Amino acid sequence: MSTTRTPARRRRWWLEVGWKYFFAAIVIFYAVFPLVYVLSAALNPRGTLSGSTALFSSFDLANFAALGQTSYWTWVGNTLLIGGISAVGAVIMGAAAAYAFSRFRFRGRRVSLTTLLIVQMFPQALAFVAIFLMLLAIGEVVPALGINSKLTLICVYLGGALGANTFLMYGFFNTIPIEIDESAKIDGASHAQIFWRLIMPLVMPILAVVALLAFISAFGDYILAKIVLTSEDNWTLAVGMYQWVSNQLASRWGLFAAGAVIAAIPVLALFLSLQRFIVGGLTQGSVKG
Amino acid sequence: MTVQQVIEQDTPPTDPRRESHARAWRAHGVGFVVKVILMGVVNALGIMAIISALSVQSWLLVGVTTILLIAADIVYFTRRALPLKYLMPGLVFLLVFQVFVFGYTAYIAFTNYGTGHAGSVEQAVDAALVQGERRVEGSATYPLTVVERFGEYGFAINDGGDVRVGTETQPLQDAGSASGAEAPASVDGWTVVPRAQLLTDQEVQAAIEALRVPVSDDPNDGSIRTRDGSSGLVYTPTMLWDADARTITDTVSGTVYTADDTTGSFVAADGTRLPAGWYVNVGFDNFLRVFTDASLAGPLLSVTVWTFAFAIGSVVISFGIGLVFAIVFNDPRVRARKYLRTLIILPYAFPAFMSALLFRGMFNAEFGVINDLFFFGSQINWLGDPWLAKAAVLWINVWLSFPYWFLVCTGALQALPKDTLEAAEIDGAGKWRQFRAIILPLLLVSTAPLAISSFAFSFNNFTVIYMFNAGGPPIPGAPYSLGSTDILISAIYRVSGVAGGAADYGLASALSIIVFIVVGIISAIAFRQTRKLEEYQ
Repeated sequence: MSTTRTPARRRRWWLEVGWKYFFAAIVIFYAVFPLVYVLSAALNPRGTLSGSTALFSSFDLANFAALGQTSYWTWVGNTLLIGGISAVGAVIMGAAAAYAFSRFRFRGRRVSLTTLLIVQMFPQALAFVAIFLMLLAIGEVVPALGINSKLTLICVYLGGALGANTFLMYGFFNTIPIEIDESAKIDGASHAQIFWRLIMPLVMPILAVVALLAFISAFGDYILAKIVLTSEDNWTLAVGMYQWVSNQLASRWGLFAAGAVIAAIPVLALFLSLQRFIVGGLTQGSVKG
Repeated sequence: MTVQQVIEQDTPPTDPRRESHARAWRAHGVGFVVKVILMGVVNALGIMAIISALSVQSWLLVGVTTILLIAADIVYFTRRALPLKYLMPGLVFLLVFQVFVFGYTAYIAFTNYGTGHAGSVEQAVDAALVQGERRVEGSATYPLTVVERFGEYGFAINDGGDVRVGTETQPLQDAGSASGAEAPASVDGWTVVPRAQLLTDQEVQAAIEALRVPVSDDPNDGSIRTRDGSSGLVYTPTMLWDADARTITDTVSGTVYTADDTTGSFVAADGTRLPAGWYVNVGFDNFLRVFTDASLAGPLLSVTVWTFAFAIGSVVISFGIGLVFAIVFNDPRVRARKYLRTLIILPYAFPAFMSALLFRGMFNAEFGVINDLFFFGSQINWLGDPWLAKAAVLWINVWLSFPYWFLVCTGALQALPKDTLEAAEIDGAGKWRQFRAIILPLLLVSTAPLAISSFAFSFNNFTVIYMFNAGGPPIPGAPYSLGSTDILISAIYRVSGVAGGAADYGLASALSIIVFIVVGIISAIAFRQTRKLEEYQ
């Protein structure tokens, strides 16, 4: 009896569950192959596309060392600076706006919320011509806010901060019971104290998500960064690394691969550790691709 | 620490009639100090900006900065407008860098702003006179030194024993006397740029070659230029500007160019134009060109069709793949699903611009790993063939975004009502029937709004298109070197010329406006779908 049941059971297992492991192997190959390849290319000292097809044919850190002779680390610094300040600014502005919309009942609140929702649907990057011309004009008056200034780029990113993030935060702020505010108010706390001391710590999870999303969008932006930052010292990683591989003949493939590995690992780590929150955030708001 | 503890710890004994902490010195004067300092900085920067805007007579900037500064002071130093205290910082950035630029885009769309039409009439006249400058035959050659101050280059010449120094904006002025007939060795208040640097630093070299220092306030006197950095020659304009008649006369050929305000150019009787013009309102010309200019309309149509195909294809394919994977792996009997999930979402967590650049290398026809490993070393020209390039771009975007749909669908599947599915099973519905009649419709309710915003995102996904193949391969004969994988936003990038080449800001902005309208329509649909407005209290 048992001898006839086991193969049948096994067959059923294969039909219902087993093939999924096989399928998973294919899916994972599809998902991970390019990433394995870039790691292999980073470790290949030849530094060109040719000959880098045999995976892990060598283990050599020459490409990573060679990054030191380029502006790579300057670009990393710029990217961290621009992304970091943009993220902090976006969080503070978005949180303040979400707090106002969530806690105060004022005239024009509904209209402002609707307007914000509409404005955020129009991508800022599409207006890059106007941004470019406006920055040229501002630069004549305040050079620090003109073309080729990191501060300018941060300001441009912050221009899109309110629209993109307020709704994400607004929903979260609404889940914090208003009784907390009220009891604090009775105890004599001012609105500023309630905001900074009570609400902000409670909404930390959404702040972290918005910060990460703002950082990643600054990290990955090319078009605005390319227009604003003209000198090599000011470039971000996206602008700088594009130069490395855009020219098919003189492309510095090894450098690109090494740089990509270094830059992607922290982002990957952050993303995976905050994955649960990010997906929650993304399904409510913006998307990447 | 619980909320209750926080409140107990941070709040002093109550006094209902107390002043706001942001104003009172008692207990929490710190907040007030911080506010005063911050507002002091804001005011100082604002006033500085207003003063420098006044000095270059940029009235729009003076106005905007003044209004914003006064508004900030009113908002933060009165008791009223409490919500505005929280909204103001974000609102200022939003108004300037998003709302204003939208309006400005619309304004530019109705002008011929671009190369050859880049400024006011006065600037066009200056440019015309400069372009018409010729070296005066037999004029003096002055010994010259290149000097520098605050990053601005200037010339110091020895004019028969007198040192005269000037810059692009500052005509020559006396600056003491020189010995003999040699170039000034040092000039008070200026740094002399060493000859070695002039010869080796190409950036400086280019700046010096382009530099022209006016001889005097009268533009008809011409300017000093140098070719070698050691001798200056006088150039005088061969064009003559008559401000009253609004004409420019070429004194060599005698041609008279008249200012034409409908095209923003100086036009001669025989129809020739000076290259320098100014920008004027051209009405709907830019929009009409998009549809009527045969050489432009064709490529733009194919770009538009591809933009929709790319956006719809990206969403539908990656949604489909993500959904299939989600259903397959939403099975509690599959072990290690957590690790599986992490591996599947790796492409999504990898920065997108790097992925696109990475695929650029992998799809390389000669050395790319894709041809090498999966197509047995054949040289398939992925980047050079229009259709293959399109397929490759779609492939990349699907690779980038299917994990997102996998995650979203996994979440949505777990939220499906279990009893409905059980009921269906009891009623004898097969897997496929369950999927079609229950799972998919319910899933679409929660994911359709995401699909629409994902579509809108792909529609403007400049980075992936540009990083992979810069929109190439080029469409033969298309203006502005438009390519077959260009989507609208990357086509606008090319047309605009902000990255170099001939600029046509007017046409680029008109195209932006058209895309804005398309995005607006999509958003309107999204609006109706999500009905987010109903959530407002």
